[in-house]
Amino acid sequence: MKIIISNSSPDPIYEQIAVQIKNQIISGELNEGEALPSIRKLAQQLQISVITTKRAYEELEKEGFIDTVGGKGCFVAMQNKELLLEKKKKIVEDKLSDAVIEAKMLGISIDELQEMLLLLYKEDE
Amino acid sequence: MEYAIEVKGLRKEYKGFNLQDVSFRVPQGYIMGLIGPNGAGKTTIIKLIMNLLIRKAGEIRVFGKDNIQHEAEIKERIGFVYDIPHFYEDVNLKNLASAMSPFYSKWDNRLFLKLIDEFELPLAKKFKKLSHGMKMKFSLALALSHDADLILMDEPTSGLDPVFRQDLMDRLSKMMLDEGKTVLFSTHITSDLERIADFITFINDGEIVFSSKRQDILENWGVIKAGQDFLEHSKIPGFKGYRKSDFGVEVLTSEIKKAAAVSSSDYVIEKANLEDIMYFMGRGDQNV
Repeated sequence: MKIIISNSSPDPIYEQIAVQIKNQIISGELNEGEALPSIRKLAQQLQISVITTKRAYEELEKEGFIDTVGGKGCFVAMQNKELLLEKKKKIVEDKLSDAVIEAKMLGISIDELQEMLLLLYKEDE
Repeated sequence: MEYAIEVKGLRKEYKGFNLQDVSFRVPQGYIMGLIGPNGAGKTTIIKLIMNLLIRKAGEIRVFGKDNIQHEAEIKERIGFVYDIPHFYEDVNLKNLASAMSPFYSKWDNRLFLKLIDEFELPLAKKFKKLSHGMKMKFSLALALSHDADLILMDEPTSGLDPVFRQDLMDRLSKMMLDEGKTVLFSTHITSDLERIADFITFINDGEIVFSSKRQDILENWGVIKAGQDFLEHSKIPGFKGYRKSDFGVEVLTSEIKKAAAVSSSDYVIEKANLEDIMYFMGRGDQNV
């Protein structure tokens, strides 16, 4: 498991942790049933407060990514990979629809928008 | 939740300074930072917990027990570091440790010697010959050598360089692997707390301003930077203090979302860190 915390990020630390673990579950780097480090171990390793890691795990549990087994610790939840991917796609869709709304407000045509998207998509390749 | 320390209605009166009905609780298994400007009452609170001062009123329970009735039993489980370490000046460190260790049933001499070595302390030197930083390290070595359940420290990082401060934070962090351990320490170096403290208690002029999760404070408190007309919006939600210059005003608020919604003019919002909070609130009457 890899976790990188940025102190200059506007996102709270618990969220940074939750997002990174989530991504590793979706990408399959963390497998179903795999044990996660304990809340206290993670806090110690990252040199952050116990409450912060606790909150990160609580978020993950609420969203169904991990299960907490009393006395044993936290594990990656059994789940439907397709459903996860579907959730991720929904996020992309939401962001795109935000962009469309902005574009319409500014009077940007669909052709222009497509061109922008194409440029952005290719930028990272 | 179990509490390592419970302070209720604590009062202490000095000439020109009153500790007024101070109440707060330190949950077991967590780190709490006690912050506040100089003279706010941090040392007084810590000394009252250790029963080194006589209180005017109030109740203190440590590990669920009254701190006066069960003083000896409680103190054995506390690792205590004073802001100014006091030991017999003319005795060397080795003999000081031998004099102290019998008070603790869980004294671990091997661990103590290991810490002395890591802290690079000269065992043969007399206490008075040490620098302030070394005196502090010596007190820390004593506090950490008897498997204490509660570490209670008054300004432990003052006079210590950043390398050692980081090292201390590391040790505290490791201690927290055991959920039976608790840490309460006062500091004015708030950067020590920004990451590892679970709870923050802020005291100003003898009164508790807040005692809550650090996370909640960082989420809700903020500084709004705007033109001077912003202040005339009068009712700024959660208004806690301000600073004015010729070019604008900075306002500290404890309800950042609501406060931001008040203004229509240009402004910048920044999250408040503990130092901002201490600065704006410590300025006292000037701001209100």
